[in-house]
Amino acid sequence: MKVLLNGDEAVAAAAFDAGVTLGTGYPGTPSTEIVETFEDLGGKSQWAPNEKVALEVGLGVAYAGGRAIVTMKHVGMNVAADPLLTGAYTDVNRALIVVSADDPGMASSQNEQDNRRYAVAAAVPMFEPSDSQEAYDFTLLAIEVSERWHVPVMLRMTTRVCHSKTAVERRENPLPVEPFDYTKNPRVRAMVPAYARIQHKKLRGKLREIAKWCEESGPITRIEGSKKLGIITSGISYQHVRDAAPEASVLKLGLTYPLPIDSIRKFAASVDRCLVVEEGDPYLVEQIRNGGIQVEDKLENFRYGELNIDRVRRLIALDDSPEAEQVPGKPPALCPGCPHRTAFEVLRDLKCIVANDIGCYGLGVLPPFEAVDLSVCMGSAIPVGLGMRHTLPTEQAKRVVSVLGDSTFMHTGINGVIEMLFNPPATGHVVLILDNGITAMTGMQENPGTGRKLDHSGTNKIVFENVLRAMGVKNVHVIDAVANKAEFTKLVEDSMEKPELTVIIARRECLLAVQSIRGWEKANAESCN
Amino acid sequence: MQNRVTNIVIAGLGGQGVLSATDIVADVAFAAGLEVKKSEVHGMSQRGGSVSSDVRYGTQVFSPMVSRGEADFLVVTATDQVPVNQAALSPNGVLIEESQIDASKLTTKKAINVALLGKLSRHLEFTPEAWLEAIRRNFPEKLYEGNEKAFYLGRGEGA
Ligand SMILES: Cc1ncc(C[n+]2csc(CCOP(=O)(O)OP(=O)(O)O)c2C)c(N)n1
Ligand code: SF4
Repeated sequence: MKVLLNGDEAVAAAAFDAGVTLGTGYPGTPSTEIVETFEDLGGKSQWAPNEKVALEVGLGVAYAGGRAIVTMKHVGMNVAADPLLTGAYTDVNRALIVVSADDPGMASSQNEQDNRRYAVAAAVPMFEPSDSQEAYDFTLLAIEVSERWHVPVMLRMTTRVCHSKTAVERRENPLPVEPFDYTKNPRVRAMVPAYARIQHKKLRGKLREIAKWCEESGPITRIEGSKKLGIITSGISYQHVRDAAPEASVLKLGLTYPLPIDSIRKFAASVDRCLVVEEGDPYLVEQIRNGGIQVEDKLENFRYGELNIDRVRRLIALDDSPEAEQVPGKPPALCPGCPHRTAFEVLRDLKCIVANDIGCYGLGVLPPFEAVDLSVCMGSAIPVGLGMRHTLPTEQAKRVVSVLGDSTFMHTGINGVIEMLFNPPATGHVVLILDNGITAMTGMQENPGTGRKLDHSGTNKIVFENVLRAMGVKNVHVIDAVANKAEFTKLVEDSMEKPELTVIIARRECLLAVQSIRGWEKANAESCN
Repeated sequence: MQNRVTNIVIAGLGGQGVLSATDIVADVAFAAGLEVKKSEVHGMSQRGGSVSSDVRYGTQVFSPMVSRGEADFLVVTATDQVPVNQAALSPNGVLIEESQIDASKLTTKKAINVALLGKLSRHLEFTPEAWLEAIRRNFPEKLYEGNEKAFYLGRGEGA
């Protein structure tokens, strides 16, 4: 029976049907629903404090003989890159699937990096689904490849695949799990140089075999159309291509690293004009040209943003004319009554230099606040603020305040506190943690500071003020800034004047989450009795 | 048979039920045995910004996105969002929007999305029963009665 699922749900369904042992990750649009749906289906799921930790937990599961799926948005891959690039050398005993959900066009992200580059950097095979059925099928295929070659595999999705619903047919017990006995084998998993050198060569050999497998029986779709125009494509671009150029011959690649270069060569030779249609970076183009095959690239304009049918038509027609401007819609804003509002009113009125982090509070950059000077990536607010404190003239340095949220503090923000204690600026520093008790931006996920797990049941709660005091931060304050605005204002003002290290935790729950939080807390209190 | 794809764009503001309205259209078409693709961009939508979502259905559908100027129907849940989305509509397309509904007759303002679907339903090939079943599948049972009323209000029958 077919069901309508979005791409994220389809990945979760495949993971569940394949008996995946653990689904983990760190929330991030458009990837978040994978782990959440896996949980809803009955899979064992958890949020990690950040993507690096999630991937490392996944490696452990796969070494120990379980199947693991680890999910993140594209920028999360930057955080997880360290274990990815060495984990790739190691032999996994069972599948390790790393899902990267990219966001071309930045519907909800701070950049539009193209993570297909990571597959090359890490030398891990990469599948790219173009709809939900493929998200389902390729997740299963990725598990098979991962187990056959004992290699972590990347599943690269994009916003439109993650968040489009299309029909999916699920399979019954598609990949039965055989029993497994763990045995010690440091040569393939303890990456000291002597072993890693051997494993690196082995990995290249695995990739050659996988490319060969792909040529023979991998996910390559060839649509025989007109000889005049041949299009090589992958992912969501394939769908736009079929609408934009129904007459064209098409070669769709389901495995985009390593590439089935012979199939590509044959296809390119069979058509008069061979064009590569891909969103984002000229990734396929470069790989294909490296293989010595002449193909036509898209015009530079089409590197930015998402593709769609209309843009693919233009791309094929080499139409470089200005594209119609989108009428600007209503920008998002902090909810009325959001506790972050008070904080930004105060920071604005005190003319602070605000090094901001990534969360709902990112909206403090927009009117009526316009309180923010900069924001880069998760966990950056404190270190960037410290760098500014080290550099600006004293009168300005004193006004630098680093602002971050609770989930971000647990993610990588806490590293900035370590740096602050290690290398304190002469003027001291002021950090403001906007603790709204939830990871709001991505749709209300739990984090290690909430004291609740992914399914909202209770767990150890990391109490920020205790941690900060134990670390040695001299001034740690906890305040409800909304209820005590004048006091909060004075606290920020006084802290900026002191050449000391101060962390102010502004604690008040996210207005949209508060009712749910009360409910979960009540349920957990009752289950303790 | 000629593959005729119907393109529908539903737009409005975060929190107005734009995405659930699209889910219902997709569900109705899917239940009728058609190929359906539905696409949305969300993320910041719960912060009250502009949201829009596309549904395409027919015998064979590729891209999940409706091209600019090719929507057969544009459904907008907030009148002030019409200019933002107008470019989606094809020259012969039909605009269905908030001000065409007598909101004073709605049990709750939240049901505007379903009322607009009622109006849309007059133009599409699915029966009211099929729509109501999809509505039932997509909302908590306790909201059904209000939504049924809203649907018929929009459709222009009863209530
Ligand atoms: C490395 C990375 N992972 C995930 C995300 C997605 N993301 C953006 S903000 C955010 C969490 C914000 O939570 P918090 O700091 O508690 O702030 P709130 O939104 O609750 O105000 C996440 C997970 C990201 N931008 N970068
Ligand atoms: S979701 Fe919560 S934290 Fe985000 S803007 Fe709304 S009230 Fe504020």
